[in-house]
Amino acid sequence: MKPKRKSISYSKWGYIFILPFFISFFIFSFIPLADTVRYSFYEFYRSGIKEIGPNFIGLENYKSLLQSDMLKYAGNTFILWIIGFIPQIVIALLLASWFVDIRLKIRGKQFFKVVIYLPNLIMASAFAMLFFTLFSTNGPINSIFMSIGIIKKPIDFMGTVFGTRSLIGLMNFLMWFGNTTIMLMAAIMGISTDIFEASEIDGCNSIQRFFKITLPLIRPILAYTLITAIIGGLQMFDVPQILTNGQGTPDRTSMTLIMFLNSHLKSRNYGMAGALSVYLFIVSAILCFIVYRITNNNDPDGSKAAARKSKRARRG
Amino acid sequence: MDVKIKKSDHVRTVIAHVVLVILSFLCLFFFYILVVNATRSHSDLQKGFSALPGGYLIKNFLSVANDGTFPMFKGILNSLIVSGCSAAICTYFSSLTAYGLYAYDFKLKKIAFTFIMAILVMPTQVTAMGFLRLITGMGMYDSLLPLIIPSIASPSVFYFMYSYLQSSLPLSLVEASRIDGCGEFKTFNRIVLPIMKPAIAVQAIFSFVGSWNNYFVPALVIQSKDKMTVPILIATLRGADYMSFDMGKIYMMIMVAIVPIIIVYLLLSKYIIAGVTLGGVKE
Amino acid sequence: MKKKYLSVLLTAALVTGTLAGCGNSSDSGPGSSSEKDADSASEGKIINIYSWNDEFAKRVNSIYPEVKKVSKDGTVTTLKDGTEIHWIINPNQDGVYQQKLDEALLNQESAAADDKIDIFLSETDYVNKYTDAEANAAMPLEELGIEPDTDLGDQYTFTKITASDINGVQRGSTWQCCPGLLVYRRDIAKDVFGTDDPEKVGEKVKDWDTLKQTAGELKAKGYYTFSSYADTFRLYGNSIAEQWVKPGEDTVKVDPKIMDWVKTSKEWLDAGYFDKTVKGQWNDDWNKAMGSKSKVFAFLFPAWGIDFTLKPNWDGGDGAWAVTNPPQDYNWGGSYVHACVGTDNPKHVKDIILAMTANRNNLLKISKDYLDYTNTKSGMAETAEDSKTYKSEFLGGQNAFEYFQPVADKIEIAPLSPYDQGCVELLQNSFSDYFQGNVDFKKAKKNFETAIVERYPDLKGGVKWPE
Repeated sequence: MKPKRKSISYSKWGYIFILPFFISFFIFSFIPLADTVRYSFYEFYRSGIKEIGPNFIGLENYKSLLQSDMLKYAGNTFILWIIGFIPQIVIALLLASWFVDIRLKIRGKQFFKVVIYLPNLIMASAFAMLFFTLFSTNGPINSIFMSIGIIKKPIDFMGTVFGTRSLIGLMNFLMWFGNTTIMLMAAIMGISTDIFEASEIDGCNSIQRFFKITLPLIRPILAYTLITAIIGGLQMFDVPQILTNGQGTPDRTSMTLIMFLNSHLKSRNYGMAGALSVYLFIVSAILCFIVYRITNNNDPDGSKAAARKSKRARRG
Repeated sequence: MDVKIKKSDHVRTVIAHVVLVILSFLCLFFFYILVVNATRSHSDLQKGFSALPGGYLIKNFLSVANDGTFPMFKGILNSLIVSGCSAAICTYFSSLTAYGLYAYDFKLKKIAFTFIMAILVMPTQVTAMGFLRLITGMGMYDSLLPLIIPSIASPSVFYFMYSYLQSSLPLSLVEASRIDGCGEFKTFNRIVLPIMKPAIAVQAIFSFVGSWNNYFVPALVIQSKDKMTVPILIATLRGADYMSFDMGKIYMMIMVAIVPIIIVYLLLSKYIIAGVTLGGVKE
Repeated sequence: MKKKYLSVLLTAALVTGTLAGCGNSSDSGPGSSSEKDADSASEGKIINIYSWNDEFAKRVNSIYPEVKKVSKDGTVTTLKDGTEIHWIINPNQDGVYQQKLDEALLNQESAAADDKIDIFLSETDYVNKYTDAEANAAMPLEELGIEPDTDLGDQYTFTKITASDINGVQRGSTWQCCPGLLVYRRDIAKDVFGTDDPEKVGEKVKDWDTLKQTAGELKAKGYYTFSSYADTFRLYGNSIAEQWVKPGEDTVKVDPKIMDWVKTSKEWLDAGYFDKTVKGQWNDDWNKAMGSKSKVFAFLFPAWGIDFTLKPNWDGGDGAWAVTNPPQDYNWGGSYVHACVGTDNPKHVKDIILAMTANRNNLLKISKDYLDYTNTKSGMAETAEDSKTYKSEFLGGQNAFEYFQPVADKIEIAPLSPYDQGCVELLQNSFSDYFQGNVDFKKAKKNFETAIVERYPDLKGGVKWPE
């Protein structure tokens, strides 16, 4: 009788402790989400200083979004993400395996780690602003290139699709490769040294060791990196927004989904912004579900699942 | 055999150094240009790039400091307030929530946990529109509060705290403190929080940086000049026709915006890098 | 209860802010009494003025006789009777200024007296949106006690038409009138034509056909005629026959004149008469084109452009530039001053508008100090004659008013619509991709159509192209 009462009184504390989180979530995320969904079915915007609507129009907003350039922007977002992500993951894997390889005598490891992580902390807006001025046609980069004689005429970086996209990719790469490197490094360090020693006895060279041992063993954390990178990519906004001043120039090829959303929000087109948000929500939910499934399957020896099960069993 | 391995390792060491130096150069080069240009006057900059700094550092700094239409230092203060408060309440309440779910057994526990994990991946932008309407209705439009309070619910910080608790807080400790007659809140504040210090420190730094760099939400919420945070000011700079004639000043403003973060980072770099690792291992 | 708590927190935040802000504190305490005090008892203590740059602020601070002092950071101007003018400045680009202004206008009724907008400024590009009778944001001048026909009788008629609503009620007034000229580099003129005499250079640029030939001459010597295609836009955009969007319609109608601009710009850019690295205006590359290293021969600027844009970007000495007649008469810009409906300082507002836009002596002083072409017909006739007083050092002692005046007399304002700014901006954006060869003509048209619908959801009729 007694212990039971005790546990009841404690469970009350559990609710109390998690209450602030849920209240805050309910007010600042759930209500807005519901509101967003609701207005996605309305015609509701501002024209000049006059407000139009809200008038219920059913799925009209969703339809007109499909007819708009939304899919093109989704494509842009994907391209901009992938050109930053591929070099990011490749370089990060390379650096991480070098950093933990005791046979490579890398001097100033700590210094390099500090430096490569540095860009991650710089606000994307300042970084983009910096790139914008540096790479403008009459900016420092062009004048350096011209003075050392690489080029004769200034390169119009932001006037071409390739140039603009590369710049955005480069910025995303610089901002994130250090972070990824350090995470992967931690994962590799977690692999037991016995395995590496055994592989050496078997005559593995460094390349084989990397592909046959390191890579499979850090798959969970690679998947984690992938999830965070996908979510980050879907939300890409600051860099292209500021680099192209919200225009997504040239020819709207660097307009991302969130920039599109932002332009509707700025013009106070609540209905359209709502519908676009719902699309985004669905896409991110699907992406995350897929990746979640992959992560769960990527459990080669089943130890992770077993651990999870036993934990649950203990708790339940 | 032995010699061969050593030789190939030697080559790889050289390659590794070359790659690292190139990457570090890329990372640092842009900041170098920034610093150099911030020391030069507008007409110097018009003439083209020079690798050597000029003598306009103080003059540019003063013109940034005295420009009322672009209150950079007010912006830094606002950013400090917002980021500091967010970091504090975000880590405290996330720890509280994590502890609540970790140390107690109750009916909705599993559902609550799954729920938080599900919203972990929800992009903040999808609720932006409703959020804007909500805070306008609550009279919090154009104030710093809506940038701070919602950070009470930060699923990712919660998840980090939860994993940390799993690895480092034995429940017996909680039992012991109960036997000592400590109340539940007192147990949390006196016993659990100190144990969580490393995790709190790391997450505080991350949420501080995240909030310092946040642009999307503040850009929607903040209206008046004297409440703007640094990223919005930087963005206004990009669209500002009325002051684009002084590039020296622009470089100086960007520098002023990122230097505080760099200083903090260099001072705390050990903990920050350890923190990224901590998060990585947990997953 | 919760609200109270919030407001306490907010106040605390504000106090912290004020303490930290530099030099904001004002000394509007007692002691600053004047004969106006009794009169202005019902007036608020703070006049909020919304603008997109400090042009008007500078003029007020130096010309308005009631000004006592200006705060160090330039955001607050204190008048002699203790009233403070707060300058609220947001950049024009990307519609930021209007968004902020619109937001404030929507909250005007519920705002506290000291937060209400008292005066706001608008540009010719979007003046129509705010003088709209239905929107009722800008107060009719008559309600303030200003009689447009007599008080503003010396103003150029087209500026009065521009600031009037559909019923002909004037709802704004301007101190400037913006006839545009061609401003050219004397050294380049000497190099190419052998002379820098404005009369002779004027002959070389007197109309588009002659100018095109001249552009060829400049090209042969390695110079660009203008910096970018955006530079010539005003000349075409100002001569459109019909509004972009007619009242009551939801279709954007692109004037044939605009398509002429597209055609000519492409031709000129491909021929190398523009500097390809300069894309549009108001960016760093454009600024650099005004520097001594640039190869650009001329810019098309009204008076404010010379003083406000060209001068700060020129890194050489005075006397390097000169003005002459443009290939086509045009008007560019004009900042209109409006009294905002709901102002709590009507008397001050009336006084400021009259002093800044209708007082001949003040206007002539602006013309003298800032080379601004001001809104007084009789005054400007005087400046054109008086080359001694109104010569410009920057233009090498030339009296620019001599050239401005004939253009000003001929200006006829193009028909306006509330959508002008967006249409102009988006059209230039869409077609600059075409000029640079990123998209073909058809695609540029389509991009414009897409952009218009995104910006103005109510323009459901789409875009109608000429022919």
